[in-house]
Amino acid sequence: MSFKIVALVKYVPDATGDRHFADDLTVDRDDVDGLLSELDEYAVEQALQIAEGRRQGGDDAEVTVLTVGPEDAKDALRKALSMGADKAVHVEDDDLHGTDAIGTSLVLAKAIEKAGYDVVISGMASTDGTMGIVPALVAERLGVPQVTLLSEIAVEDGKVTGRRDGDAASEQLEASLPAVVSVTDQSGEARYPSFKGIMAAKKKPVESWDLSDLDIEAEEVGLEGAYTKVESADARPARTAGTIVKDEGEGGKQLAAFLAGQKFI
Amino acid sequence: MAEVLVYVDHVDGAVRKPTLEVLTLARRIGEPVAVALGAGAAATAATLAEHGAVKVLTNEAAELADYLVVPKVDALQAAYEQVSPAAVLLPTSADAKEIAARLALRIDSGIITDAVDVEAGADGPVATQSVFAASFTTRSVVAKGTPVITVKPNSAPVEAAPAAGSVEELSVTFSALATGTKVVSRTPRQSTGRPELTEAAIVVSGGRGVNGAENFGIIEALADELGAAVGASRAAVDAGWYPHTNQVGQTGKSVSPQLYIANGISGAIQHRAGMQTSKTIVAVNKDAEAPIFELADYGVVGDLFQVVPQLTEEIKARKG
Ligand SMILES: Cc1cc2nc3c(=O)[nH]c(=O)nc-3n(C[C@H](O)[C@H](O)[C@H](O)COP(=O)(O)OP(=O)(O)OC[C@H]3O[C@@H](n4cnc5c(N)ncnc54)[C@H](O)[C@@H]3O)c2cc1C
Ligand SMILES: Nc1ncnc2c1ncn2[C@@H]1O[C@H](COP(=O)(O)O)[C@@H](O)[C@H]1O
Repeated sequence: MSFKIVALVKYVPDATGDRHFADDLTVDRDDVDGLLSELDEYAVEQALQIAEGRRQGGDDAEVTVLTVGPEDAKDALRKALSMGADKAVHVEDDDLHGTDAIGTSLVLAKAIEKAGYDVVISGMASTDGTMGIVPALVAERLGVPQVTLLSEIAVEDGKVTGRRDGDAASEQLEASLPAVVSVTDQSGEARYPSFKGIMAAKKKPVESWDLSDLDIEAEEVGLEGAYTKVESADARPARTAGTIVKDEGEGGKQLAAFLAGQKFI
Repeated sequence: MAEVLVYVDHVDGAVRKPTLEVLTLARRIGEPVAVALGAGAAATAATLAEHGAVKVLTNEAAELADYLVVPKVDALQAAYEQVSPAAVLLPTSADAKEIAARLALRIDSGIITDAVDVEAGADGPVATQSVFAASFTTRSVVAKGTPVITVKPNSAPVEAAPAAGSVEELSVTFSALATGTKVVSRTPRQSTGRPELTEAAIVVSGGRGVNGAENFGIIEALADELGAAVGASRAAVDAGWYPHTNQVGQTGKSVSPQLYIANGISGAIQHRAGMQTSKTIVAVNKDAEAPIFELADYGVVGDLFQVVPQLTEEIKARKG
């Protein structure tokens, strides 16, 4: 039996674009170009490395990339396929508009179960929401160990091990498979798609599932089903233009005078 | 009066400052009941009582340290069931966000992470968040269940508000999943003697402009003169000049100090995401066009190797 790796990838608005909110206070995904979240490229990279390792050892392995998102989210899947993933699943449904993290984790968990998995790998956080909680939620729903925020990861002998660099300490973790893993941007640079990879990706299968395929009711997700409600979203007032001086030999002293004026010294 | 559960972040009984800030916010909503877990939990009680905890629920089971996240979720859920609080507040950290998320799912409630303010509202607490690299401010409420909210460090003042703080042992039955992920070993971070990056009132950061690990001494000297923490851009961290634990930005720490001094940092959106809510921002950069100057309350266009040592000397001189 082939070893099944599912990598979770999110399609996000470009952080360098002018991100803003739509009238219904959801993230506007129309006006800003989207892309595969850079932090999920690290997940795809580790998924590919684990699969390559197994194949070198004579075992079979398969990497499925999974996204929950609008039509354009296919772009994120294409990118992951061109990096080398074997197949893709796109969960798309009009009723998903406005789904929050709790709802997203429900959809992901159902889709992961339907796809089958030995290990699920996600990024550390999405670059738009930046909550960093979906992997923990998915693990809770699947009832399998969560081995998250790894900056180093190894999957061998039915086990996942890795290093989690926390605030107070660096921890070496270990869990048996199946498990849900998330990796940080310290886990190793993600590869660029090769020309061959880009061509090959065009022929790779992309399955489309909707809520009924996953036995999820419309009320459980979307804006209606959301557990949180954004009441207002306001552009932060532009910072009042500061004082900019050119250093003519006294820049450090001028800065000290400013800091003293602000009572920092 | 309604009770509010507050998750305590502590190291061997020493309560970290963000927890005291959360207590300030919790008191706006109800009576704080603190939950302190792991070795040293009982030792947190005096500090928590001083800052408004009416009760401190403790559990020091070995599982809490030996396995990742889930035992703490089990314990917090036990406290939730015992207290039936109006809200659950936690100081934001990687662990706390995951604990909060799993708790929210179990108690069928909504979760808000990284709040920078929490107020009592007509329909429960209203949380303010700073999103899209702090270019927007949102106000949100939890629509279902008991609000679970994580609060960023430096979001509220620490206030003395003496309360009973009676200690009570929390009884916890660990779930089957609690022992799923074993912490095989733990290497505590070595203390630099400087303030904690996320908690510091002043942060002095260096970027690619610092041009080498050996030059970070200039940044550290300024930081030490100001009693500040040291930060770094990802470019400086990736180059191996400074540890990743000091990285400020989207994939590093998010800081919100009174004063942030960026030296040789261009101000990329991912860096701004971690420092844009700082009260006063100062930049030193030799490129007058660097985007960091758009945020700066005070900027010096110049060579940091001239400006920063001169600043350090001048502060020393002023202090006399
Ligand atoms: C998904 C993702 C996540 C990221 N996360 C983070 C993050 O968490 N934190 C982060 O910082 N970045 C992050 N980045 C990287 C970010 O995009 C920038 O590349 C990075 O912040 C640049 O660091 P820098 O400003 O030090 O370097 P540069 O952009 O190279 O800027 C160096 C600056 O130093 C100035 N300089 C040079 N020499 C001197 C001198 N002698 N005196 C004065 N000034 C001088 C230059 O004029 C220049 O403005 C992330 C990127 C991605 C894609
Ligand atoms: N809509 C989605 N589709 C696929 N994966 C997702 C989605 N949302 C979140 N994820 C995964 O969960 C990680 C953490 O997301 P978040 O909790 O939103 O910060 C991301 O890096 C992704 O790997």
